Amino acid sequence: MAIALTFQNKIIPTDKQGYLLDHLLWQKDLALVMAEHDDFVLTDAHWEVIDFVRQFYLTYNTSPAIRALTKAMKAEFGEAKASSRYLYKLFPEGPAKQATKYAGLPKPARCI
Amino acid sequence: MISIEQQSSSSAQANGLAIINSKAPFSSTHGKDALDIALIFGSFEQKVSLFFQGDGVYQLIADQDGSLLAIKDYLKTFSAFEFYDIEDIYVCQQSLSNRQLDENFHIDEVKVLSSIEFSAALNRHQHVLRF
Repeated sequence: MAIALTFQNKIIPTDKQGYLLDHLLWQKDLALVMAEHDDFVLTDAHWEVIDFVRQFYLTYNTSPAIRALTKAMKAEFGEAKASSRYLYKLFPEGPAKQATKYAGLPKPARCI
Repeated sequence: MISIEQQSSSSAQANGLAIINSKAPFSSTHGKDALDIALIFGSFEQKVSLFFQGDGVYQLIADQDGSLLAIKDYLKTFSAFEFYDIEDIYVCQQSLSNRQLDENFHIDEVKVLSSIEFSAALNRHQHVLRF
């Protein structure tokens, strides 16, 4: 089932799991709508990861899977926020999977 | 040029997966496929080394922009290798000089090896995939 994502009176194309097909259509307000569809509340801690994942994608042209994400976050934020435990608390369904979604990026091919 | 140090200490030690890149970027999907495999192995903490020879050396040359071809520039992802623990990146010196290419790479930590060193390094691996 395709999800029809309507934002500012426009239909935003997504895949059947709700990931944007064109990451250039992303903006913060759209992420809020996507999260609302999933009954998911985004806190500042979530945003930190979402912004980081988006920056990773823009720099390296790939969505980071969980291990690469924790390694990269360690370099940026230090040990405390770089554990998969911390990330799973924020994104229980899989940090790489959920953070990339609200960052408007394709689902990482190498998931969790 | 950097010599191969492990050779003497652990010459008999088989050492993970080697991926050989032998095709130029963007003309086919070979390079992108090889990259995907490398990242999957890296994601699961499996040891992987990358080898570039023949036209594959073009994948390492700096100042290319795949986005001009309206396809995803997967070469940008090479800069993220450190997050996947991919550290062993070897390029064949003979292949570079045959193509009159300088050692001007878009990532650091590329080790330029002579043909003999190149095959010795390859020989240290248990499995080899060629793209």
